[in-house]
Amino acid sequence: MRAGEIFAFLGPNGAGKTTTVEILEGYRDRDAGEVSVLGVDPAAPTRAWRERIGIVLQSGKLRPHLTVRESVELFAGYYPAPRPVDETIELVGLTEQRDSRTERLSGGQQRRLDVALALIGDPELLFLDEPTTGFDPSARRNAWSLIAGLRQLGKTVFLTTHYMDEAQELADRVAIIAAGQIVAEGAPSELGGRGAAPCEIRFRLPEGAQADDLPLQVAVTDGRALLRTHDPIPALNALTSWALAQGVDLPGLEVERPSLEDVYLDLTEARP
Amino acid sequence: MNDLRLAFHQFRYDQKTFWRDPATVFFTVALPLIFLFIFVTIFGNERLESRGNIKLSTYYVPGLVTLGVISATFVSLAISLTQLRENEVLKRVRGTPVPSRVFIAGQIGTAVVVAFLLVVVLTGLGRILYGVDLPGATLPGVILTLVIGGASFCALGIALTTIIPTENAAPAITNAVVLPLYFISGIFFPIDEAPGWLRTVADVFPIVHLAEALFTAFDPAADGPGIEVGHLAIVAAWGLAGLVVAVRFFRWTPRR
Repeated sequence: MRAGEIFAFLGPNGAGKTTTVEILEGYRDRDAGEVSVLGVDPAAPTRAWRERIGIVLQSGKLRPHLTVRESVELFAGYYPAPRPVDETIELVGLTEQRDSRTERLSGGQQRRLDVALALIGDPELLFLDEPTTGFDPSARRNAWSLIAGLRQLGKTVFLTTHYMDEAQELADRVAIIAAGQIVAEGAPSELGGRGAAPCEIRFRLPEGAQADDLPLQVAVTDGRALLRTHDPIPALNALTSWALAQGVDLPGLEVERPSLEDVYLDLTEARP
Repeated sequence: MNDLRLAFHQFRYDQKTFWRDPATVFFTVALPLIFLFIFVTIFGNERLESRGNIKLSTYYVPGLVTLGVISATFVSLAISLTQLRENEVLKRVRGTPVPSRVFIAGQIGTAVVVAFLLVVVLTGLGRILYGVDLPGATLPGVILTLVIGGASFCALGIALTTIIPTENAAPAITNAVVLPLYFISGIFFPIDEAPGWLRTVADVFPIVHLAEALFTAFDPAADGPGIEVGHLAIVAAWGLAGLVVAVRFFRWTPRR
């Protein structure tokens, strides 16, 4: 991971996401290999190291009988240089609820308080384990804008998720894990060779035209043309110039790259 | 020093949590007071032949102080720490820079303050309502007994969490441990006339020894400082065993 980026760890349920993140957070011992988080081995966590990371667990309740503000104050006291309490509550959008007891918050509000508790120590690195699982669509949108806002604060974020759209929306880089193995890693747009895969251009042959009339070599079956190319711009230029010169249409013209979903399903389902 | 300030910070919020939970306040604080009121109202004026014809009200005050101390330390800690563990609150705390010992110290601080408050209120009510004598010359015995008893039952409460599997099982298991022992340890009625084997069973466990040590410490007729070395040694031995189990097996993550 690089400093200042949002890194998404994407994989189906049971792939090993939480196990991995718990090793990185220092909760779990690894079987083998070497791990370094902010230059420290999380198997031997130090107090100074804990001051530099923030953790949002996948589940877990908040301390009951405390208000939002009191919960944040309690955690602020754990750190040498905490962020301002009210500002942090505002950042996660709980200013209106700040005097409510934690047990009265909705599920989405409780998760936002979780994020506030992880942020209050002003950490450099934040772990978010499936932060939006079980959210309704509008709560997910709110959570996404909150997480995207962390980038502006200069935080480095390690995010696990099983939603492809979440990884695509938020992450600078994504690693896909399946059955305990990382099967692909890269920017969401480049993942799994997406950037290198050929573009597919499809259209129906104009009335009366033959495949040989076209300016490029195109495979035609039943009047449907398909062109695979790594250089879509010149190809499209040639095709559309030809169509304009001939005064014909290219009905049903489509340009497509393999979607992240195709790549993801391909990579995760092929595993045993 | 820094850790001490942090423990106090933790303690302040633990106090808020404690006093805002009606069930905890009722079972921990109100129930011992209600017991005192009921038992002394019914039996208070009877005399106890086996103990030099003292009034039963004089017998009940140290007995219910024993119950109050155990309820504030052992019962309270076992239940609340199990709940915090199963709800992943402990796991979350473990992910912060707070050292474990500081967090546990905050919890113990709350238990000790509540226990102290109960001792004061129970003794005060005994004096005001029922004319039970306050300890005078035996005050050192009262203090030493409460310190050893409080510390031992805190350790035992934390040790008990290691065998409680779920949040729901916590009150059941904890009460299943203490309730029968209260009965056979003479908390609710004197057991001086009980069959020998029952007293032998009770003698194995620490509750009867804390009760006897407190009885002597509160006894207006006691000679000297009111320190029961033998009984206190047994309580402390249980406490040390609890400490070893707690340090060795305490879990910060849910057992589920």
